[in-house]
Amino acid sequence: MGATILMPALSPTMTEGKLARWLKKEGDTVAAGDIIAEIETDKATMEVEAVDEGELTRILVPEGTENVAVNSPIAEIDGGDGGAGTSASGPQQPVSNATQAGGETAEVAKEAEDHAAVAAKGTEQRPETDAQPKAPAQEGEKDWGETRPITVREALRDAMAAEMRRDDKVFLMGEEVAQYQGAYKISQGLLDEFGPKRVIDMPITEHGFTGMAVGAAFTGLKPIVEFMTFNFSMQAIDQIVNSAAKTLYMSGGQLGCPIVFRGPNGAAARVAAQHSQDYASWYAHVPGLKVVAPWSAADAKGLLRAAIRDPNPVVFLENEILYGQTFECPVDEDFILPIGKAKIERKGKDVTIVAYSIEVGLAMQAAEKLAEQGIEAEVINLRSIRPLDIDTIVASVKKTNRLVTVEEGWAFSGIGCEVAMQVIEHAFDHLDAPPVRVAGLDVPMPYAANLEKLALPTVEHVINAAKQVTYRK
Amino acid sequence: MVQGAEAGTTKRRGKAKSPPTGRDGLSREQLLQAYRDMLLIRRFEEKAGQLYGMGLIGGFCHLYIGQEAVVVGMQMCLQPGDQVITSYRDHGHMLATGMEARGVMAELTGRSGGYSKGKGGSMHMFSREKGFYGGHGIVGAQVSLGAGLAFANMYRDNGNVCLTYYGDGAANQGQVFESYNLAALFKLPVVFIIENNKYGMGTSADRASASKDRSKDGSPWGIPGEQVDGMDVEAVKAAGERAVAHCREGRGPYILEMKTYRYRGHSMSDPAKYRTREEVQKMREQHDCIETARKKLLDGGLPEAELKTIDDEVKRIVADSAEFAQTSPEPDESELWTDVLLEAR
Repeated sequence: MGATILMPALSPTMTEGKLARWLKKEGDTVAAGDIIAEIETDKATMEVEAVDEGELTRILVPEGTENVAVNSPIAEIDGGDGGAGTSASGPQQPVSNATQAGGETAEVAKEAEDHAAVAAKGTEQRPETDAQPKAPAQEGEKDWGETRPITVREALRDAMAAEMRRDDKVFLMGEEVAQYQGAYKISQGLLDEFGPKRVIDMPITEHGFTGMAVGAAFTGLKPIVEFMTFNFSMQAIDQIVNSAAKTLYMSGGQLGCPIVFRGPNGAAARVAAQHSQDYASWYAHVPGLKVVAPWSAADAKGLLRAAIRDPNPVVFLENEILYGQTFECPVDEDFILPIGKAKIERKGKDVTIVAYSIEVGLAMQAAEKLAEQGIEAEVINLRSIRPLDIDTIVASVKKTNRLVTVEEGWAFSGIGCEVAMQVIEHAFDHLDAPPVRVAGLDVPMPYAANLEKLALPTVEHVINAAKQVTYRK
Repeated sequence: MVQGAEAGTTKRRGKAKSPPTGRDGLSREQLLQAYRDMLLIRRFEEKAGQLYGMGLIGGFCHLYIGQEAVVVGMQMCLQPGDQVITSYRDHGHMLATGMEARGVMAELTGRSGGYSKGKGGSMHMFSREKGFYGGHGIVGAQVSLGAGLAFANMYRDNGNVCLTYYGDGAANQGQVFESYNLAALFKLPVVFIIENNKYGMGTSADRASASKDRSKDGSPWGIPGEQVDGMDVEAVKAAGERAVAHCREGRGPYILEMKTYRYRGHSMSDPAKYRTREEVQKMREQHDCIETARKKLLDGGLPEAELKTIDDEVKRIVADSAEFAQTSPEPDESELWTDVLLEAR
């Protein structure tokens, strides 16, 4: 009886990968547990083990093939059976534990694909391949000219590399940033260019190394601290809040702390409560910190460069699902964006939708569908949470008279609260409807696919909220 | 061999020993300077206690009285560019680094003439010029920060050393052990100085830690350490020289456990029910660092009049600082909004 080997997933967010190498050839006999192939994604490399025994009768995908979709047949054993992947070999032994945050569990490939779709929140295409709509340069925002498509991942790396070339006081430290090339491959290539003095692997000791980085920053060095995820920054939050944010004030202006804390924030996919949380409102609460949350590759590059140059501590909240997404980004070597300025991603007159990070993509999709129904939504990408560009938001609400906020985090004491309250303070008389918040549900993130989907904002939620504030059915 | 002093020096392990002699001792000039510096801290702290009682100093106020030999002895081992960082019991450290008594006292009273313009208070003062990086109110946080100052020295390859002070209470914090690992891993030029005054607030050290010899706390990471009679400025200086030399030679961190004692409470509001009056009295009478130095100087033939001159000078400095701290204006209300963020250039 034959079996079909399917392309396995390395992590819950993986949707495709490269079939790097076949270690067996057609006609070889394989035993369960034999390593038959190596696959790669932009995050990691792993070996594929056979689950079934028999003769490798056909290789369906030649080695070196890129963009092989998860769950597609890659080989047949004993002629194959066309069965639905019962013999799909799960990821056995990632070369090392790349995806601590992304989940290193050997999941059935089909499931992982579903979760990626969930994570992409209604995106029809897969997030790794879906180029986002390109927004025109905003009025008042410098036109940086020529652009080219790059991923958010590349944008972040390029930003760090550019700033490290520019200033030898800048260095990167964190878990797996150097030899491993980054748990999410954000720091790929940096060790080669800048050497181990400036790209430094840290042991798993967030509290200690964060304090160490803050101490180094007090002397004028400019550390970039990568948290494998912001969930782990909770181990170190005392150093971020009590040491990094407050010392300038407590020292009467003597001791600044030029440091960037960056890493993926918010839910990835199927990694449950302790690995799925949005920390925007936690850090935004603190005077002395700046908090930035990019959406596009241009945001990521321009804002990270600004964050590294900023003389203050900056919390830079990335999103794992966005890492693989492609956007147009200016090619100008000097491209940089100001911290504290929001961007109007789409103009509209009927409702203002304020979002940040991955939720901007959600808002853009909602706006698209709303337009089909005759509702013109103005989508504001906050870019910077603190300082908050309330002027841009208020100007928009004065035009649309309606406000919807979208965030992945919990509504209670969330960013939506702050935005809505400030709009009430500044433009109460302009509101024609009570503002509505779209947010993650008020529960710890569940693991089950159906429950996780229910816990996160969707395009539908945004559409419904927009209709609610415009009194449309 | 993890423990113990470096080659050719006296090994100080276990119970603190009597003051060293010979090559460990200070010259008369050095001892006189140490006497003056310790006395300045003592008188300063007494005055701070007085001003606190008068309601001129608010909040927390942790006095250093009794422990003066530690910072004064260690400071004698430093070179320009070296750094010092400590916790909230920090007035002595600041004076030892050469920060002005006026600026420290005015910070205690929350005035604009204070080192932090009145915005930091007793626990949060800094002087980049003097290499003093605080003054930190979160117990144990300064240990990781100190490792970071040392990291910066390594990054810049400047040959400087960071003295990182913390108490026997803080020595139980997780990040302290994380910092030992990091410092050993990267061979950071940091001297970890545990000021073991026997009590973390009201809890005696033996009720708080199963580690009875804190100088060995770095042994899993191969960090050498020694116990030092922290009531003896000469012993402190001698051990400090070994530790600092170890760091400067690029051999990584070093731990000094200073056996010391605070005469006053943990803070001003301490009812001191956790120890006997006799215990305090005994330390004061038999181990006081200033009295020991004074006696040694007199025994060495120094005329009492010279000590009197120093006493008067110290008294004058402290009185002047107290006067300044009461006459310096409160910070302008506009200061409320400054120093939250630096302008991006």
